[in-house]
Amino acid sequence: MRYKMEEGEVAWILHRVTGAGVAAFLLLHIFDISLIGWGPGLFDKLLFFYRARAFRVMEVFLLAGVLFHALNGIRIILIDFWPAAAGFQKKLLYGEVALFTVAFIPAAYLMLR
Amino acid sequence: MESEIVRRPKASERFETYSWLYMRVSGPLLMLMALTHFGIMHLYYGVGHIDFTVVAARYRTPFWRIYDLVMVLLAVTHGMNGAKMILDDYLHPRGWRTAVLCLVWAIGFIFLVMGGFTILTFGVK
Repeated sequence: MRYKMEEGEVAWILHRVTGAGVAAFLLLHIFDISLIGWGPGLFDKLLFFYRARAFRVMEVFLLAGVLFHALNGIRIILIDFWPAAAGFQKKLLYGEVALFTVAFIPAAYLMLR
Repeated sequence: MESEIVRRPKASERFETYSWLYMRVSGPLLMLMALTHFGIMHLYYGVGHIDFTVVAARYRTPFWRIYDLVMVLLAVTHGMNGAKMILDDYLHPRGWRTAVLCLVWAIGFIFLVMGGFTILTFGVK
């Protein structure tokens, strides 16, 4: 049996994976910021966690996840509310990948430098 | 047959429509708010420079508190609604679905309260 995955299906899977990943980070982020209520002592002491090399790389993955989910979401909305958009949905997807690349590469460079 | 087509949608079906629409309203708002937030915190300040003082300075203006409050509300509800959509696709046994759905909304509610409490009580003694 042969199964060829279409670009739209890959985008659909990525939309789920990035959505779940960003939601998981959101919960972690609400928790870590809640520690600020205990004053500067605890909060500043725990910041080493976010400044670690490994977390700086995770942060770039977070940007990739948020950016893809946002752009792909806009594409979904366009197809849902603008019937003609279904006719060139592949072009929309390529446009989305182009926008993602143009925004992601310079931002990732700035974050890791 | 015809009455079947033009019948009024049941309450649960109306909820599904609102849930669908909510993702499409909160999504673009979150795109603007979260990417602005990300740009300010990660590109303008940079994680290496954010500490208690930076957050305290931001929360001296009510603008950023309201901004963060709206963003937390939109993000948690958008995320939990997304989790529900994934559950709808993969978890079919009725009892399990209800149980996991309750858990998802309980977690969402707890983190919503946690986030709101942090933002509203910071620096208020």
